[in-house]
Amino acid sequence: MTLIIIYSILIIGLVVSFIKSKEKTKKAFKIAKKAFMKTAPSLLAVLGIVGLTLGILTPETISGIIGSEAGFMGTIIAALIGAITLIPSLIAFPLAGSLLRAGANVMTISVFITTLVMVGIVTMPMEIKMLGKKFTFLRNGLGFIAAIIIAAIMGVIL
Amino acid sequence: MMKIIKKFKLPILILFIYGVLGISSPEVANKSFNVSLTYLGEMIFIIPPVFILMGLMEVWIPKNKIENLLGKESGIKGIIISFVLGTLPTGPLYVAFPMTASLLKKGASVSNMIVFLGSWATLKVPQLLVEAEFLGVPFMVLRFVLTFIMLVLMGVFMQFTLKLSPDKAFLESNNKNN
Repeated sequence: MTLIIIYSILIIGLVVSFIKSKEKTKKAFKIAKKAFMKTAPSLLAVLGIVGLTLGILTPETISGIIGSEAGFMGTIIAALIGAITLIPSLIAFPLAGSLLRAGANVMTISVFITTLVMVGIVTMPMEIKMLGKKFTFLRNGLGFIAAIIIAAIMGVIL
Repeated sequence: MMKIIKKFKLPILILFIYGVLGISSPEVANKSFNVSLTYLGEMIFIIPPVFILMGLMEVWIPKNKIENLLGKESGIKGIIISFVLGTLPTGPLYVAFPMTASLLKKGASVSNMIVFLGSWATLKVPQLLVEAEFLGVPFMVLRFVLTFIMLVLMGVFMQFTLKLSPDKAFLESNNKNN
């Protein structure tokens, strides 16, 4: 689905660009190649780290850890695990749903989901390469704090 | 040679960890390797078109247009455009990093880019449907609203901080490359 969208946009873009100017299209490819070469090492690193974290922290392990720790500690642990791992949301939400049914509280689930998708320690090498260290640390750090605030408010309301 | 090693020091370090893991607990190493392969399969198809799109964007979209739509003076309009762009179903967050980098170069504001990245990560339309199904509509709606508010606050704060103390080393290395 994602792939179809991206490739459709790409094909349309390339055709239009090529009709308008061959030169500029060539330049676009040059820019793409340069950016790719610059990012390649961090991409490889991200791949390796994703494998390591998900190999060690499988969904079963995660639900074991979060499920066994109730209360405030459980919430903090959920936030940390969410920040480290990178799980596709199609797996993350069913996992969160089963945690909720297993007795984890709303705060824990909310903080887990938000840090899971917003804070990415494993993708940091790539983010730093493209957007700089300060931007990356600030965004991830603030995202982590924001996730805890969001969860706290949700815990009170729901 | 040294240059290549320096450039790839992180992947080399990770390879080393894999090696150690392979000896100490082959089962975990095996599992990790499989996960990496799965993600490689995903990235191999997504990354090349994304970089080419980024190149096309850089060549064709005029700077003043981005400045107008997403720059510091774009106000509410800029926030809404960033938010809508982010929520479109367009793939994992690492796809958004190169896009953000080229939008920033074209004059988009940091605060709008934080809203863009944040909505991309947490407020995607297909993702919300799955969330509502597994965690209920109230949970989804509340998280959606709160996250949006927090993203705008984060954006404003980061813009302010990066203006006070810009990332000099990064900006310099960027200029050298262009």
